[in-house]
Amino acid sequence: MKNQRSLELVTGLFVLLGLAALVFLTTQLPGSKLAVLGDTAGYEVSARFENVGDLQAGAPVSMAGVKIGRVSRVVFDSTDYKAVVSMVLDERYQRIPDDSWAGIETAGLLGAKYVGLDAGGSETYLKSGSQIENTQSAMVLEKLINRLFSAFASKGSDSSEEKK
Amino acid sequence: MLRDVGAVALFLVRVLAACGPALRRPSLIVRQVYNSGARSLIIIMLCGVVVGMIMGLAFSDMLARFGSESALGVAAGLALLKELGPVLTALLFAGRAGTSLASEIGLMRATDQLTAMQVMAVDPMRNVVAPRFLGAVIAMPLLVAIFNILGIYGTQLIGVTVRGVDAGTFWSQMQNQLDVSDVGEGIAKSLVFGVICALMAVYQGYHAEPTAEGVGLATTRTVISSSVLVLVFDYILTAAFL
Amino acid sequence: MPVNPAVVEVRGVSYSAGPRQIFNGLDLAVRHGSITAVMGPSGTGKTTLLRLLTGQAYASAGSVRVLGQDVASLKRAELFALRRRMGMLFQNGALLTDLNVFENVAFPVREHARLPEPVLRRLVLMKLEAVGLRGAEQLMPQELSGGMARRVALARAIVMDPEVLIYDEPFVGLDPVSMGIIVRLIKRLNDALGITSIVVSHDVAEVGSIADYSYLLAGGKVVASGTTAELQASNDPSVRQFMQGTSDGPVSFHYPAGDYAGALLDSSDLPKGVRA
Repeated sequence: MKNQRSLELVTGLFVLLGLAALVFLTTQLPGSKLAVLGDTAGYEVSARFENVGDLQAGAPVSMAGVKIGRVSRVVFDSTDYKAVVSMVLDERYQRIPDDSWAGIETAGLLGAKYVGLDAGGSETYLKSGSQIENTQSAMVLEKLINRLFSAFASKGSDSSEEKK
Repeated sequence: MLRDVGAVALFLVRVLAACGPALRRPSLIVRQVYNSGARSLIIIMLCGVVVGMIMGLAFSDMLARFGSESALGVAAGLALLKELGPVLTALLFAGRAGTSLASEIGLMRATDQLTAMQVMAVDPMRNVVAPRFLGAVIAMPLLVAIFNILGIYGTQLIGVTVRGVDAGTFWSQMQNQLDVSDVGEGIAKSLVFGVICALMAVYQGYHAEPTAEGVGLATTRTVISSSVLVLVFDYILTAAFL
Repeated sequence: MPVNPAVVEVRGVSYSAGPRQIFNGLDLAVRHGSITAVMGPSGTGKTTLLRLLTGQAYASAGSVRVLGQDVASLKRAELFALRRRMGMLFQNGALLTDLNVFENVAFPVREHARLPEPVLRRLVLMKLEAVGLRGAEQLMPQELSGGMARRVALARAIVMDPEVLIYDEPFVGLDPVSMGIIVRLIKRLNDALGITSIVVSHDVAEVGSIADYSYLLAGGKVVASGTTAELQASNDPSVRQFMQGTSDGPVSFHYPAGDYAGALLDSSDLPKGVRA
């Protein structure tokens, strides 16, 4: 009978573990809020973009190719129809000029979007609550292709006009 | 072959019928959840992590050729939740817990314990078979979930530390692309596979020849029949969910 | 209520297992309160007979009546009720391997009755005492010797106070001391508890010493019946061969084979030119 008690304990533990795993899988995995993974503390800055592509919360923020922070939130501002991206930058990097450019870049050819920062020349630096003014929106592939085609089309009509 | 299918189907009906009365003895079922589930935990966890790590290596290499390493989380998550988690766990389960169940029941058959129960007016289906069946069916989805979690962490471990995939990208991409229906498909499969493995194990054990070779044969048949049926039903379910 | 003198009545029973006919017109009866032996060479279907009595097998012809009821016509619940009035001792004990001795004996009671734990405990201890194993209550079946396991199985068989006790080859594989113990127990339980005992065995000497009446089965029928003394005095060659254990008689020593001299003198497997 003593055996029964410890057996029930272990079984209960197992069932709990399994249920916790199930709950985690169903709630945490599909598109929900993400707990920041072991990032060091940082300060929050924001930037507004015309188009962020499919930038996700949790995407990295890089400067000179080195990850210096993480995107914490992407929301839509219906007053000026822009995307507001909030980022948490690592505490260690305090000397980022406040006229730096923030652009939405793609990792690899078809990869995920991330935020790339290009240093400006200002003597004042970003601090908590700063807003990055100079932004470069994401290059959406379909729009690029459209522009390419229309460029070809107009070139074609130009040359045919010249012939006339 | 047709007779075997019929025999198994009839047996399943008998087992299900005995499950109702069996639920009045929860202590028996708890013990069987322990036997099938808790005792399989170590091997499932170990294999989960290793499979995840393998995927971390293999997928990140494959995806790098298309410049999509950032999709590692998605790839691993989908592969595990929908296919590898349920199928591999079921195969491991058949090998560890299935054979244990089959040999247990087979041995009881060989030593007349099942007959003795019948003579004592105790239904062995209710006392021996149904609790083991229920224990296995309960344990399987839990084991699959644990396998999946550890697999994803294993993939992240290798992907991030060895292959340089960004952790945030890993998780955020996965979260964005994965749907509750993907998780649901995995759970549905794990339930079906649980029934298959449990049924095969108790069927082979119950119908084993009452000799030493008979019990050994029963365990072999359990593994083979469980594995084949799991793969066949995996195809059927995958197609059904598309 | 008048007691039916025949606790078990088997009339004209035929039973086949596949192509083999095991019983062909079997007739026997077991009197209330007696120890009845069913003997016969190996393979005559003694165990099958027991399965017919417990309703685990059904005869293709004839009737099997136990405690006044026709076994074949009983519905499941009635069959279970009848089985509770019978106890059976299996050849190898058939103890449940994951329960200890106490729990094994308590098993039928726990399944069928709602006794308070203290009452159950005393009941089990009494039954264990009757077979002389009260001190072994905590042991597991794997730790018991063959004879002890069989005694525990006996305690389990009597724990629900059955009216009929069936013993399937209870003496097989026991040393002389254990055998003597079992023999004594069968007799004592039968007399003390007022039950009817059926002993299936081919240990002529052992079972003969306690049986009130014996049946000798061969070829699917009863070939002889009577008290031990009557059987010993019989002139029938099959009966004599069995009772005395002579190696050759109606049951022949040789498995049917061709001519012996011919087999040795056959030169077809010798090299050419050599003669046997």
